[in-house]
Amino acid sequence: MPSNARPFEPTPELVREIEDIQSRYPNKMAACIPVLHACQGQHGWCAPEVIDFVSRLLDLPTAHVTGVVTFYTLFNQKPVGKHQVWVCRTLPCALRGGEDLLHHCEKRLGIHQGETTPDGQVTLRSAECLASCGTAPMMQVDKDYHEDLTKERIDEILSSLGAKLK
Amino acid sequence: MIEPVKHLSKNYGLDRSWTLEVYEKTRGHQGIRKALAMEPAKIVDEMKAANIRGRGGAGFPMGLKWSFMRPHPTKPAYLVVNADEGEPGTHKDRTIMEQDPHLLLEGCMIGMYAIGAHACYIYVRDELHLSKKRLWDAIHELRAKGYLGKKPFGLKDWELQIYVHTGAGAYICGEETSLLNSLEGRRGEPRLKPPFPAQVGAFGCPTTVNNVESIAAAPIALTMGGADFSKMSLLHEIGDGGCRLYGVNGHVEKGLVVELPCGPTINELIAMAGGVSKGRKVKGVIPGGSSTPVLLPTEKFHMPDEKSPLHKYHGMSVFDVPMGVDTMRIAGTMLGTCCLTVIAEGTCMVRVAQNLARFYKHESCGQCTPCREGTGWIDRIFEKIESGHGDLGELNEVSDIASSIIGNTICAFGDGAAGPMLGFVRKFRNEFEQHIKEKRCPSKGSIL
Repeated sequence: MPSNARPFEPTPELVREIEDIQSRYPNKMAACIPVLHACQGQHGWCAPEVIDFVSRLLDLPTAHVTGVVTFYTLFNQKPVGKHQVWVCRTLPCALRGGEDLLHHCEKRLGIHQGETTPDGQVTLRSAECLASCGTAPMMQVDKDYHEDLTKERIDEILSSLGAKLK
Repeated sequence: MIEPVKHLSKNYGLDRSWTLEVYEKTRGHQGIRKALAMEPAKIVDEMKAANIRGRGGAGFPMGLKWSFMRPHPTKPAYLVVNADEGEPGTHKDRTIMEQDPHLLLEGCMIGMYAIGAHACYIYVRDELHLSKKRLWDAIHELRAKGYLGKKPFGLKDWELQIYVHTGAGAYICGEETSLLNSLEGRRGEPRLKPPFPAQVGAFGCPTTVNNVESIAAAPIALTMGGADFSKMSLLHEIGDGGCRLYGVNGHVEKGLVVELPCGPTINELIAMAGGVSKGRKVKGVIPGGSSTPVLLPTEKFHMPDEKSPLHKYHGMSVFDVPMGVDTMRIAGTMLGTCCLTVIAEGTCMVRVAQNLARFYKHESCGQCTPCREGTGWIDRIFEKIESGHGDLGELNEVSDIASSIIGNTICAFGDGAAGPMLGFVRKFRNEFEQHIKEKRCPSKGSIL
């Protein structure tokens, strides 16, 4: 952890959630991924102070927790926008227009995939298969799936996130 | 024409189908109640008779897998359910978790009791937030009623607990040993086998890993009787039993998930999905997820051995042969998850191949050199060919690269990535060569 970073402080709700998570497993390490999810939920990304907190909590080397964070796509290694938009581009979605929809999102938001809008509202990313091929094309916005998408429907969804469309 | 059945999908579409109230009215936990009055070994026998071939893609008989579990003198046993559905083209397990989570949970209870476990972890990919919520809500309902706990249903002193565990976005965690590493809080890198999970699995203890749909079939098979369950299948005679969920996606009028007796043909499934979209003809079908090599409508089923029970299909189009674990293997591909991806005429197959090559490059865990380097190499070659900058030497290299991946990696991911790439190059070689000769994509990159 950089010496100038403030330690990560979990809210009382998060402390309770972590206790609940830990009660499910026979050892401390197994809670690593769910606890990282929970901490990322509060902090927005897996900052060095979050990694430091989780490694102390679970008695794991910082290198172990860093290794886990860097392995999995859903752990953010840098700050992200308020909303996460994932557009699936794998074959079954691509056959039904998924790649076009990703370009459409880039155009409307004025950013490339992997980037966040300047107002910090939306981070746009391409996703690999999200198990929704029968209702393709699809995208995930935060915790919700949006299926059988059209460009019009995407505009509505992006507007509802408070993004300024171009 | 094969007709849909309603066993796994019996409650789909019912109002609040995911609640315990509806489940008790419609199914009533008959399977687990019956199981708790049986010897565990008898339950395993019923599952063997049911001929449930693993529904996650590998097709390994579930009853046989359960029979590998032996009580350990000091260590507990675990049941782990693989709900990391993410094979491109696969969208069936999600329907069970969202529409009928209690069916899966009843299957978990039967599975735990049969293999001698007290705890079960359902490993759900993190993106499936609705599935996770429905499963947790259902678990809490069961705990509140005392159905899960120290004495399930008040019938037997055999504690049963179920937990939902989440991944964090890694396709490789659908591989069972990688899933176990991820469950233990590690990077999702596959383990060398042996030891197999039945000896050394989760937390170093004997473990069975089963797919969602396989486990969800257990209460149905046990209630019906294993042999009767198996007989529903058109392929019962060759040990591929029961009913299962089939999916259709890609270039069809309406993508779908439908429950059928095992053994519909590819043509029947395409027809159920309303036919190929925009009235086109079919160019190829990926039969069970992106790791299964593509099939062409012109390919013939080859089983010249007159003694084989599959000889009756000899010479038929592979699109007219019942889809089962063994029939698809003989057809040169795999049944996989039996969710078809249909590709219509006019589609650029180089672009199709490149889309999947990119997927495998992204998802290779990086542990084994042939897979880590090879998947990226194939992706780069396909990308060059599609953009008109490839050459024949490179196209020939794809076979060498794929061959040096297959059989040379810790897990089956390498084979699953390389096999289909070889399939695309062999079966659509003319199209790849045309790209190289004309230095452009002849169909302008059409994929829609």
